[in-house]
Amino acid sequence: MELTGAEILIRCLQEEKVEYVFGYPGGAVLFIYDALFQQDKVKHVLVRHEQAAVHAADGYARSSDKVGVALVTSGPGLTNAVTGIATAYMDSTPMVVISGQVPTGAIGEDAFQEVDAVGITRPCVKHNFLVKDVKDIASTIKKAFYLAKSGRPGPVLVDIPKDVSNHKTTFEYPSSVTIRSYHPAGKGDSGQIRHAAQMLLEAKRPMIYAGGGVVLSDASAQLTDLVRLLDFPCTNTLMGLGGFPASDKQFVGMLGMHGTYEANMAMQHCDVLLAVGARFDDRVIGNVEHFAQVPRKIIHIDIDPSSIAKRVKVDLPIVGDVKLVLDELLEVLRGGRQRPNTSELAAWWKQVDEWRAVGGGLRYKNSTEIIKPQFVIEKLHEITGGDAFITTDVGQHQMWAAQYYKFDKPRRWVTSGGLGTMGFGLPAAMGVQMVNPGATVACITGEGSIQMNIQELSTCKQFHLPIKIIALNNGYLGMVRQWQEFFHGNRYSETYMNALPDFVKLAEAYGHVGMRIEKPADVEPALKEAFARKNDLVFMDFRTDPTENVFPMVPGGRGLSEIILAEEL
Amino acid sequence: MRHIISLLMENEAGALSRVAGLFSARGYNIESLSVAPTEDPTLSRMTIVTSGSDAIIEQINKQLNKLVDVAALMDLNDGEHIERELMLVKVSAQGEAREKLKRVADTFHGRIIDVTDYIYTIELTGSCAELDSFLETVGRDLILETVRTGASGIGRGERILKL
Repeated sequence: MELTGAEILIRCLQEEKVEYVFGYPGGAVLFIYDALFQQDKVKHVLVRHEQAAVHAADGYARSSDKVGVALVTSGPGLTNAVTGIATAYMDSTPMVVISGQVPTGAIGEDAFQEVDAVGITRPCVKHNFLVKDVKDIASTIKKAFYLAKSGRPGPVLVDIPKDVSNHKTTFEYPSSVTIRSYHPAGKGDSGQIRHAAQMLLEAKRPMIYAGGGVVLSDASAQLTDLVRLLDFPCTNTLMGLGGFPASDKQFVGMLGMHGTYEANMAMQHCDVLLAVGARFDDRVIGNVEHFAQVPRKIIHIDIDPSSIAKRVKVDLPIVGDVKLVLDELLEVLRGGRQRPNTSELAAWWKQVDEWRAVGGGLRYKNSTEIIKPQFVIEKLHEITGGDAFITTDVGQHQMWAAQYYKFDKPRRWVTSGGLGTMGFGLPAAMGVQMVNPGATVACITGEGSIQMNIQELSTCKQFHLPIKIIALNNGYLGMVRQWQEFFHGNRYSETYMNALPDFVKLAEAYGHVGMRIEKPADVEPALKEAFARKNDLVFMDFRTDPTENVFPMVPGGRGLSEIILAEEL
Repeated sequence: MRHIISLLMENEAGALSRVAGLFSARGYNIESLSVAPTEDPTLSRMTIVTSGSDAIIEQINKQLNKLVDVAALMDLNDGEHIERELMLVKVSAQGEAREKLKRVADTFHGRIIDVTDYIYTIELTGSCAELDSFLETVGRDLILETVRTGASGIGRGERILKL
C-alpha cells in the first residue's frame, strides 16, 4: 500500500518510539498535521511560539535519554525555531527538527513563507537535509535520528517541501543505517588509557574536571567510581552539574566565572588535570594564557576530537565515548597494584581545604528585611529534597541556581549553558514535565527572562503541566546590571525593567495560581504551599534584593586565580 | 604556514557550502578551493589551500573531518605531495613583445592556445608559485586577463586518498 510522505513521516516517528512532538502548524506542514490527526501513537504538544517548541524538545531530551522532536512550518516557523536549534547545538542535545518547506517547484522563487532553511540552520546543526523525493523520507528520518543521538549528539534538521509530504510511495523503515562518511568514536585507545592511568597515579596535585559529556554519555556512575577510587578532588562545569554528586566531600563545587574559590584555585594549581567531556571554554578557564602560566599535564577525554586542543594544549588526548573510556580506565586502575601516593595526596587535600576555608565555600549575607535570591534557592533545595528537575533561564538567577541547588543526580539540571538563551527555562520545563510525568519540575527564572517566552503559560494550561515557576524578581536585568556596576562605572544602561506586569494577575489570567512573596519570613511557607499544589502551575514572584551580586566572580578575560570573592561578610 | 588539504566528500547539494561556511564562520583563511566529482560520481574531491599556525591547521582538519559529508581527509603537507594549478592568461602581444612572450611561455612550459593580431592566450600548469613567477616575468602591463583554477594536489607514490 502506498502512503503519502506525511503519513510516512509519522510512521517513521512511531518506529523511533517518539511519544511527543512539540510543534506549531502552518501552511507547509498541513499534510503532516493531517497525518498526525489520523493516528494516536505520536502525541503533539501545541506550543505558542516555535522557539518554545524547540526548547521544549530540548528539555525533553536533556531530562531523559531520548531524542527530542520539534515540528515547525516553513519561513517564520523555521526562523523562530533557529534560536532553539542553536541552543541545542551549543549544548549537544540530541534532537530532530522537522520543518515544512514551500513546494519543490516554488523553491527559489521567493514564495510565500519561503526561507532557505538548510542554509540558515547550517552553522547551528549537526547536520541537515532537504528531502526532494518522497522515496527518501524514511531513510532520511532514520539517518536524522541516528546522527542526532550518536557520537557527540546534536540537532538535525529535516526540511520537507509541501508537495513531497503529499506524494505517495510504499513505506519501509530501514532496519539499520550506515553513513559511509560518518564514524562516531566509540572506545578510546587502550594504550592512551593505560598511559593516562599511569599519569593519574603519579600525580601529586591531581584534579578531575568533568563536563556535560559525562551527562550526555550517562557516565555519572563511572565518574563517581573513578573519583572515589582515586580520592581526587572533582569539579563540574555548569553543563556537568549532577554528573558527580554535589553532596560528596570530594566535590569542590562548580568552576569557572562563578565557580567556587577552591575549584578555580585547584584547577589553576594542579599538576595533572583529567578533563572528562568538557571543553575548556572561555567561561570555564577564563584567560588561556594565564591558565597556561602554571605548568600542568592535561589528559583530555572527549568524543569530539575538535574539542581537544582547541583552546589549551593537551598532553594526552583520548578520543572516545566518555562512558566506555572511563570503564576501561577503571578496569586498568583496579587491575593494577599501584595506588595514588597518599602522602602527596593528603598534602594536596590540605591545600584544597585551605582554599575552601578562604573562599568559605559559597556564602552570602542573609537578611530579615529583604529576600536574598540565594536564600530562595537554598530553601527550594530543602523543600524539594534536592530531587527536583530544575530548568533555568539566563543571568544571575541561573548562576545562583547552579551554585545553591546541589545536584546529586544527572539530568536534573536543564540550562542553556553554551548559547545562554533567555526564554529557555519555561518551555524547557514543559518538555521535562512531559517526559517525567509526576516529577517535581521547577523553572528558576528572572523577571526579564520569563517574559521572553511567557506565552507558554497557555501551553502549560492546555496540557496540565504543574510546573513551579520561581521568579527571582529584582527589577533589573541583574547580570548585565552587575557588569555595569563592576566594569561600566555604575551606569545602568537599559537594565531597569520599567513597567513590569503584575505576575500574579498574569498567572491567574492564564488560569494558573500566582503568588507574590516580599518578605524573607514568607519564603519557606510560600514554597511549601506551592509545592503542595501537585496539580497546579504556581507562579511565584519573589521580590528579591536588587543590589545582590553573584560571587565569586572571575572577571571576563582574567585568570582563574584572579577570582573576586564576596565582599567582607 | 601554508597547507594544502584534500577532501573526499559526498557529491551532494550543499556539501560545498558546508565547507565554505565552516571557514568563514570560524575565521579561517582560505586561499583557494577547487572541487570536482571523482571517478565515483557520488564523491567529490576538494583541494583547499589555507594557512595558519599549527594549532589552527589542526583545528581546521578536525572541524572538516567533523562535517558529516566529509568522507576522508588528507593534509598533503604531512608528507610528500605534488601540487598543480591551471592558469589561462590573455596577454597583449604586439611588436617586440610577441617574440618575448613566446620565449617566456616556452620557458615555463606554457602553450599559446589562441592567437589574434594583438593577443595571445597562454595556458600554463604548475605549482602556484610557478604561476606567480610567470605572471611576474610577463609583467602587469601586458596582462589583460587571468583565470586560475586554484591548486589541485595529490600525494606522492603510495600516499592515496580513497574510500
